[in-house]
Amino acid sequence: MNKYTVINPHSEFKVINTHVHNIDGIAKVTGRATYTFDVKLPNMLYGKILRSPHPHAKILKIDYSRAMELPGVMGVVTGKEDTLGIKQGIWRRYQDLCDEQVLPVDKVRYIGEPVAAVAAITEEIAEKALDYIDVEYEVLPAVYEPLDAIKKEAPEIHEGFERNINVTRHIEWGDVEAAFEEADYIREDWFKCGGQAHMCMETRAAVSSYTPDGKLTIYHSNQSPYYMQGLMAGVLGMREGDIRVISTYVGGGFGGKFELDGAIFCSAVLSRKLFRPVKIVFTREEDFIATKRRTPMFYYVRTGVKKDGTFCAREAKVFTNGGAYTGMGATALYLTGFFHSFPYRWKAYRYDGYRVYTNTLPSTSMRGFGAPQAMFCSEQQIEWIAADLGLDPIDMRRKNSHHEGYEVPGQATIASCGIDQCYDEIRKWINSKGKLPANRAIGISACGFMSGGIFNWFDTPYSFSSAVVTINQDGTVELYVGAQEIGQGSNTTLAIICAETLGVKIEDIKVHSGDTDHCPPDLGAWGSRQTLMAGNAVKMAAEDAKKQLLEFAYAQSGYNIVYDLDIKDRWVHAIARPERGYDYGELVKKAIRGKDGQKIVGRGYYTPHRKGMISPAYSYMLQGVEVEVDEETGKIKLVDSMTAHDCGQPINHLGLIGQLEGAFSMAAGYGYLEYMPYEDGKLMNPNLVDYKMIRATEMPPANIAEIDTYEPEGPYGAKEAGEGLTNPTAAAIGNALFHRFGIQMKECPIRPEMILNALKEKKEKEKEKKGKK
Amino acid sequence: MEKILLQLNVNGQGYELYINPKTLLVEAIRDHIGLTGTKRGCDTVSCGACTVMIDGMSVKSCSVLAAQAEGTRITTIEGLEDNGKLAPIQKAFIDHGAYQCGFCAPGMIMSAQALLNENPDPTEWEIREGIEGNICRCTGYNSIVRAINATAKGKYTEDRS
Repeated sequence: MNKYTVINPHSEFKVINTHVHNIDGIAKVTGRATYTFDVKLPNMLYGKILRSPHPHAKILKIDYSRAMELPGVMGVVTGKEDTLGIKQGIWRRYQDLCDEQVLPVDKVRYIGEPVAAVAAITEEIAEKALDYIDVEYEVLPAVYEPLDAIKKEAPEIHEGFERNINVTRHIEWGDVEAAFEEADYIREDWFKCGGQAHMCMETRAAVSSYTPDGKLTIYHSNQSPYYMQGLMAGVLGMREGDIRVISTYVGGGFGGKFELDGAIFCSAVLSRKLFRPVKIVFTREEDFIATKRRTPMFYYVRTGVKKDGTFCAREAKVFTNGGAYTGMGATALYLTGFFHSFPYRWKAYRYDGYRVYTNTLPSTSMRGFGAPQAMFCSEQQIEWIAADLGLDPIDMRRKNSHHEGYEVPGQATIASCGIDQCYDEIRKWINSKGKLPANRAIGISACGFMSGGIFNWFDTPYSFSSAVVTINQDGTVELYVGAQEIGQGSNTTLAIICAETLGVKIEDIKVHSGDTDHCPPDLGAWGSRQTLMAGNAVKMAAEDAKKQLLEFAYAQSGYNIVYDLDIKDRWVHAIARPERGYDYGELVKKAIRGKDGQKIVGRGYYTPHRKGMISPAYSYMLQGVEVEVDEETGKIKLVDSMTAHDCGQPINHLGLIGQLEGAFSMAAGYGYLEYMPYEDGKLMNPNLVDYKMIRATEMPPANIAEIDTYEPEGPYGAKEAGEGLTNPTAAAIGNALFHRFGIQMKECPIRPEMILNALKEKKEKEKEKKGKK
Repeated sequence: MEKILLQLNVNGQGYELYINPKTLLVEAIRDHIGLTGTKRGCDTVSCGACTVMIDGMSVKSCSVLAAQAEGTRITTIEGLEDNGKLAPIQKAFIDHGAYQCGFCAPGMIMSAQALLNENPDPTEWEIREGIEGNICRCTGYNSIVRAINATAKGKYTEDRS
């Protein structure tokens, strides 16, 4: 079905990279796992949100008196009456990028934006009450596309942002003009990359409970309880410490759940007004129209290369559809420009990105964080250049690729890089296919990705990751992390690192996460940061605890000072004489007695220092897809796939495979299925009937070759896995179409009508040529 | 609307509900009986998160009224397990990492079990078709297919002493 191989495997580990089951498994396969969606508190009310039907309008008046008359309605809140009107944003270090009132006071900027929220004794009554809230709007002219919104005559969406330009980003190294001069061949193309819905299986959901002592407890489905705590404190004018955010089980995130959403904000404001718990769960339609989405981008790419395929210069200009607010869009704007250069060595590179406000659903981070768009453009253009020059596209890529020790000028140092072997593995897979049937072709695409961001736009005073390890008298271990489990397997990965470091078994570890009252702060699950950053913190905490244990072991061992001790598999022993030792549980008891009865507590933390502009480490990968096309309908079918991947030392074997297969399915969806068409600011397919995604019958076998490298900055040599692989696939599908038909797909998702049009155009051109002859 | 009295048999247990006749089966299971293992992920009968078994066949519980299920045997994810012993399909899901966030897992597992009830030795394609109505945003499905296949091949036995 699938082939999984490891290149250069390391096997000195007891727990790392073994067949460890996900530690949340029992809860998740038996229905015991309690998501925010399942939370029910005593005396709880249900909330619903009234949403704007207009893409751009002033709110003149909100009259909810009729709604209050409905039996069962307990209260209504509006931005003007019940909030401080604070403009917030996750880039809270920069005031001008904090531009969103979750319940706006005087103006709405997209269809679906919250206008008021109501709480009632049942969800049904709350829903009905929405019809009894009367809102008077003054409808304003609206604009939906970035290239329209930057025009002089376009309506102003936010005051003081000239031409609706929200953020700009510039990246440059080398002498770009001179490097283009050196090129024998220059090619330029425009691309249009679509949005994509995060489509978490659990829609946005929150249960807020504000109590008379001025404390607020929030159950919320999110990727970073710490961010939620900080952001909510900001908008409510409360102290962070008076807010507890609990996110035990989260039904998916994918980059869409670490900003304030209507569910958390409105439920909290309602609860503060009514002193009762309030639950808000988005419907699937609300989740589509009123959360955020992957950033749509227009990409201009100009690339200069030498005849022999040496890359000289690249220049990119990007206009992104920011939608109504900033959110994480500012980060995506930088990262798309940075990863557009990946994984190649450009003598000179220049990127200018413009994020433009429009009256559409705000765009933000989504798995891949700007890179899927960047790679869709870059990796196709590279394929076309190779064809134009008559060069082998794999050899050309390989010749220009990053390597260990390479410095991306002024941006990053590459400490580990396994991409060279990825080329070998992809080549082997292609060769193994032999001659393909006439309706099939193979496309490939390369990329690299970050292992956590080094930037601190959130302005946290805390370490980026922290962990606490405590050891009980029976040797069981409590691991407290702020890292957030959202299905990616971080609890298991961190438990593995803890067990390996302490020298105990995986079943000895209990992980505590997703609760700001009990877990140390951590920036949470985004930007592929947890394995490296939280992993380093956990390793440090476990080493700290282990050192305290071993002090007692040394004291009573009587060994010569040159011998050192270790614990492996719960066995305390001298490394030189592993057969002589004793049980770890015995040592723990002695150590606790030696500490006058105190529990063993280890602490660890991690913040990247002097690691360039972006990330401490980079993963590398190549994606190959075998694509079948029906020439009558333009329909694509993925027949087979191959991933060659370098994530440093794999830690969580099952988790890694799952992350790679899952990233591939999301990436393939972005490539040819997941389309978000808007008309006059309205999403035309906000449901799972019309929004198509990969289902079990569309998913091809996912073969994987894991290149085991060692990343010096990562715990046990580990780095990112699972997000980067969202990046290459759209381009790989495009490249397969190019090889099969010679058509160039400059827009994604690549839809059947686009393929049919391209085929038609190609035939007409061929006819014209023949006619001329 | 006048409420009706309803008898439902869920996981072998009888429940008497006095509910609005428009109540969906998923609402009866989650909100009235209180079995929250069954999830809901859409409003259009598209995602399969609410899948349960009715007389051994998979049914999306948002697509039928609770009243329509009267007189049948309803099985939810909570009913697969027997006195702390997991069913083979549940063991297989754990062993293959066939879930990530886990939100689709209860519905997915019920679809898988119903498929195996009907077709104990499915081909890979039959497995894929059997779970086509269930969306999983996390795994890419292949681990789920492997888990179902291994269960069909008898790798995970009933452990019901």
